[in-house]
Amino acid sequence: MFAFLIRRIIQAALVMLVVASIAFLMFRFLGDPISNLLPEDATVQDRAEMREKMGLNDPVVVQYGRFIVDAAQGDFGQSYRNNRPVSDLLAERFPATAELVLVAASLALALGIPLGIYTALNPRGWLSQGLQVISLLGISVPTFVTGILLILVFSVSLGWLPSFGRGTVVDLGWWTTGFLTVSGLKALILPAIMLALFQMTLIMRLVRAEMLEVLRTDYIKFAKARGIPNRMLHFKYALKNTLIPVMTIFGLQLGGLIAFAIITETVFQWPGMGFLFIQAVNFTDVPVMAAYLVLVSFIFVVINTLVDLLYNVADPRLRAEKKPARGV
Amino acid sequence: MTPRNLLFTATSALALACAGAAQAETFRLGTNGDLYGLDPHSMTDSFTVSFLNHVYEALVRYDADLKIEPALATGWEQIDETTVRYTLREGIKFHDGQDFSAEDVVASVKRAAHEDSPIRGNIAGLVDAKMVDDMTVDLMLDGPNPLLNNFLTNVLIFDSGWLEEHDALDPIDAQKGEEGYTTSNANGTGPFRFESRTPDAQTVLTVNGDWWDEPQHNLTRIELNPINSDATRVAAMLSGELDMIFPSPLQDAKRIESTDGMHVLEAPGLRAIMMGINMSDKSNNPNQEGNPLQKVEVRQALVHAISYDLLRDKIMRGKSRNLGGLVAPQVPGFDEGVDAIPAYDPDLARKMLADAGYPEGFSLNMNCPNDRYVNDAAICQALAAMFARVGVKVDLTAETKAIHFERARANETDMFMLGWATLPMLDGYSVLSAMLHTPGGQMGTWNPGGYSNAEVDRLTKAVATELDAEKRLEMMAEAFRIADEEVAWLPLHAQPLSWAARDAVKIPQTADDKPRLWLARIE
Repeated sequence: MFAFLIRRIIQAALVMLVVASIAFLMFRFLGDPISNLLPEDATVQDRAEMREKMGLNDPVVVQYGRFIVDAAQGDFGQSYRNNRPVSDLLAERFPATAELVLVAASLALALGIPLGIYTALNPRGWLSQGLQVISLLGISVPTFVTGILLILVFSVSLGWLPSFGRGTVVDLGWWTTGFLTVSGLKALILPAIMLALFQMTLIMRLVRAEMLEVLRTDYIKFAKARGIPNRMLHFKYALKNTLIPVMTIFGLQLGGLIAFAIITETVFQWPGMGFLFIQAVNFTDVPVMAAYLVLVSFIFVVINTLVDLLYNVADPRLRAEKKPARGV
Repeated sequence: MTPRNLLFTATSALALACAGAAQAETFRLGTNGDLYGLDPHSMTDSFTVSFLNHVYEALVRYDADLKIEPALATGWEQIDETTVRYTLREGIKFHDGQDFSAEDVVASVKRAAHEDSPIRGNIAGLVDAKMVDDMTVDLMLDGPNPLLNNFLTNVLIFDSGWLEEHDALDPIDAQKGEEGYTTSNANGTGPFRFESRTPDAQTVLTVNGDWWDEPQHNLTRIELNPINSDATRVAAMLSGELDMIFPSPLQDAKRIESTDGMHVLEAPGLRAIMMGINMSDKSNNPNQEGNPLQKVEVRQALVHAISYDLLRDKIMRGKSRNLGGLVAPQVPGFDEGVDAIPAYDPDLARKMLADAGYPEGFSLNMNCPNDRYVNDAAICQALAAMFARVGVKVDLTAETKAIHFERARANETDMFMLGWATLPMLDGYSVLSAMLHTPGGQMGTWNPGGYSNAEVDRLTKAVATELDAEKRLEMMAEAFRIADEEVAWLPLHAQPLSWAARDAVKIPQTADDKPRLWLARIE
């Protein structure tokens, strides 16, 4: 276990180094940060001075090295656009993204699993057929379109929910939360649905397919033959085995949720990390972009590690392999 | 009391409460981007500075007609060629209660002109500021400067004691790696005080009851909500969550107009959209020998190949104003004669090209931004098609602004799009010095194509220091006439401003595209 963790930490460091280097190679194609920092009519000399001052004249390798050395000490530099330390900006934005992802993920699980079970158990019911069609839409319609549609229906036509922002948030000092106010909760609904929709349909289809598979296996047939009641059969024996692959996929998707919250955050002006990143791209704000990419790759590695650990816990076979076999 | 009556009473109580709330007029503004910070000396973003102008003020300001009027200064006089004396307004207090005095002006001007200040380019030529007495300040310049007041509209005044207390007398140095106090705190003299800010979410100002000026507005609170996505910003307007959005996307104008209780405010603005021309010896198009654009006759031919009306009516939905010259009508230096639009005549253009030695036409590269101006990429596509009709083959590239302007500056193309609003100067000299003067030093910073005319250079230098307004205007017009004849640039149109507001909102739409909420009312 300990060796496993050490290996993972080394892996994480490597992944982050590679991400940072790819990021730095890409930044050269994003244009010149100077053009956003100085007035349009700044002189050639002003530009040259600014460039020198910001260290943009150094070769990319040197800039990359400087970033790595500073980042290792926890210093991600200063945002060009906001004139503030990047670590402060990210820390400030993290709660917004975390809450959004948390709600979206819970929503996806809470709806996706029961619907998946229902459609697997009643494969021919009209409701199941309908859900299948809707889930196909959920998977294929781009999320920004669903976001705009949600806004159109629930904000513009019905006027029930706000179309942008996070509402009133409560500042706890180290965390800002929208969970404690009515407007904060209302503001969460539409973005969470938009972000959850794809995941929900994915989980639903996955659960359905897995469940149908499991229901066809021999042990279920034998259990049925033995006269075990349907309810117990479905929820105790079949569902448990269905959920193992679902858990793995969901763990991987959770990283995706954090990374792809960018689109949701852009549509709903959600002041999270993804939105910060998009603005940094528009402004060629290199320190923010680099730090964000490194942070997201770190989150991915952490989540994958956790999923691997959980997988160990959930699947008895994996544990059994490591223990000495008991006499048969 | 019957349940029905109870309900009625409750409803009327609620209605009364709402009416009471409506008395406190909150102005909810939606914009397409957030402020960069709260320090007006730390960046040149014109929206940020114009919004901070509600909190901080300058010695002078523009009124709704873009004429200079006194603000923190009550008057000024030219003492000698290089010194201007400002008399300050008595009895003004900063939001934290400190008195406004000459010391504050000196500290603020020095801060803005500091060598690390990103806005020092906005007050080029300012050498020193000296306190004469408590309410008088002398500004020393390196030469006569007819535009000093124009520049000063953008130099917002801080309280020197407050700056000192928070170690902020020097401008924020982005490289120090620490946050400046002024980035997240503000203390000015303006009509509104800063209350709170969550970056990219909301910035709140509340009314300053002790403002020195007679308020024309009836607002008690301003909420700035940045909403970057066009569709969401319009949706928020339509759903009644905002009182005004700016900019309002052109394509949604009809949708907003057709909604009860709101309207679109549209007018041509100051920003002139134009095409810069490569005049070096070599074309940047690999299929082209030499550089046909060097010939005046070729450039004159291209003018006749452009259908200005088509661009305005089809691409700009009739909202732009065709420009024959390089500045909008509101800008000093504008000339009726220069503004005349040349006739659209592709046959004539083809003939002129043939006479100039290009009967088969030629090839050129054209570069455009796709995220900077209204319909920028679409304009260039239309231009490419129009040029193709007279035999000029265009290789068009449309890309993001950060890359576009870098390429344009390096003269890596033959024709590039540029928009110029002459702000904060609001004067034709801005165009003369940056875009028409031969490149070198402080001059011609936006003349990468290398247009050069000795007479234009001479006039530009003279305009820079001429204090006689009449003479100055005549010299500017003369320089613009030469540039027009030689087609130094290809002017296209003045870009339309587009705001949308609830009908209850009364606000003057100023051509510089800066909402001045201290002139706004909610009725």
